[in-house]
Amino acid sequence: MTTQIGTDPVVREGSPAAGGGHPARSRRRRPLISYGYWWWALPAVLMVLLVHYAATSGGAFYAFTDWTGLGSFHFVGLDNFRRIFDDPTLLGSLKNTLLIAFGFLILTNVLGLLLALALNRTLKTRYLLRVLLFMPVVLSPLAVSYIWKFIFDYNGPINQLLGWVGLEAWQRPWLAEPGLALWAILTVMVWQTTGLVMVIYLAGLATVPPEIEEAGALDGAGTWGRFWHITAPSIRPSIAIAGALMLIQGLRVFDQVMALTNGGPGGATETLATQVYKETFALSNFGFGAALALTLTAIILIFSVLQQMATRDRS
Amino acid sequence: MFRYTKATLLREAVVWLAALVSLLPFYFLVSTALKPDDELLSTTSSAPPHAPTLANFTDVLATTGQNSILLALINSALITLGSIVGLVLFGSLAAYVLARSTRRWGTVTFYLFLVAIILPTQLGLIPLYIGARKLGLVGTPYGMIVLYIGTLMPLAVFLYAGFFRGLPRDYEEAAAIDGASPGRVFARVVLPLMAPATGTVAILTGLIVWNDFFTALIFLGGSDYQTLPVSMYYYVGSLVSAWNKIFAIVILSMIPILAFYLFAQKKFIQGFAGGIK
Repeated sequence: MTTQIGTDPVVREGSPAAGGGHPARSRRRRPLISYGYWWWALPAVLMVLLVHYAATSGGAFYAFTDWTGLGSFHFVGLDNFRRIFDDPTLLGSLKNTLLIAFGFLILTNVLGLLLALALNRTLKTRYLLRVLLFMPVVLSPLAVSYIWKFIFDYNGPINQLLGWVGLEAWQRPWLAEPGLALWAILTVMVWQTTGLVMVIYLAGLATVPPEIEEAGALDGAGTWGRFWHITAPSIRPSIAIAGALMLIQGLRVFDQVMALTNGGPGGATETLATQVYKETFALSNFGFGAALALTLTAIILIFSVLQQMATRDRS
Repeated sequence: MFRYTKATLLREAVVWLAALVSLLPFYFLVSTALKPDDELLSTTSSAPPHAPTLANFTDVLATTGQNSILLALINSALITLGSIVGLVLFGSLAAYVLARSTRRWGTVTFYLFLVAIILPTQLGLIPLYIGARKLGLVGTPYGMIVLYIGTLMPLAVFLYAGFFRGLPRDYEEAAAIDGASPGRVFARVVLPLMAPATGTVAILTGLIVWNDFFTALIFLGGSDYQTLPVSMYYYVGSLVSAWNKIFAIVILSMIPILAFYLFAQKKFIQGFAGGIK
């Protein structure tokens, strides 16, 4: 245990008096006022090393084995990965994951930014609107998906509305048609998350001084010009954050698929995360599941780095 | 500029229209949950109930066994609370030391947390599940709390460190000069000043734990300690198209979080907007 420090308030580390003629030694000396002890960080560091780094490395190791969770295992090299790229359902799940992630990224950001711009300043009820539009964000994705499962049901409100306006021909079993189910899942995700993106952009917009926008207007800049030259550069950090968050959240999609379609019809809406769950924990193919999870991890890390590079401040 | 003109009024109306349309799912949710069984077939999906009833709620609450919604509510509350306490305690301590450290190890350790934020949990969960199974921690609330604390620690440390960096050191120096030990300075000066940070960490991590389905399904599915999403998933699976019952469960699962949100909505929104920055 370290003894109490701070009894001599006059001398501080780094001041000439403390440094004296031994700068190299004084660097190692404890500062006279201590801001906590290094071992305070130990529990958190150990937990992160175990739960994130050791576990992830362990998972990466299993990805090259045929382990079933019990008994011994053999190294199978890249066999698991070959299987992923040979299996049409798994390849489809990879495609679905990427499609959902990019659709999600684009739609939430466009809609969120539009709402933020509409709500920024002047509107009298903007605080109430913000509270209402943000509400879906705090709910469980699973619960939200069940509401939408009802809405997409063949006897549900969407088909009923289409019947009312005379578009019976457009009525569909939205979640049971392979070509539509993925878009239905995307709709639910966008509905639930746009409020979050809106709030991130509102925080960014709050940093744009109105004086500069006024100056721009006086100098003859139109709405579009003001947005492009004044607003957009100022909200660059918000774009980076919202982009990274939505991309990662989209790539990890799981709850909505499990609740809405359970991967169906006929595997048409499987994603990497649902396949990891099914292979590993339902079928006990731990080695193969780990290979799928490693693929998902690699994709998330690669896209995170690319996204960081794309939105980095170029100055 | 920025005066309230006719165009602004039009904009306000358009946003309200969009907001009302986007809130329609809540209307279907409530109106269907209040319908008695016979009205499910006799009325259309968007019609309000003729004879609203709370029977679905009492039915759902009366279920016993593993998928009992009441039990799941208690499990969810305890696991969420335990995780928040651990994250606030260990997260604030670690973030404080790292944010105040001027040494290289402090920076390196901070990056350790930063990288872990984007590391997805799916890959690590496989060895963790096997390890927890060996230790007999699968299906226990303690194992789950430890797992959540570990998983969300990087986020907690990241959020806290951001707040601590903005806190001037003067208060701590004054307290230290008056003879307070570092532990006392932290508990009596730093943490009380950082109450908003603790609020943000508690709300963001608590919401993630409360709503988590993937990890809870793997570790608690089929046990006596299922959290709300897991119980809801199994229960709904057993109710084929009994939408009034399903929606009663959905509403019951939403009430605690919605009540909390409407009560502290400013804090929620600020936490998401500012915390993530």
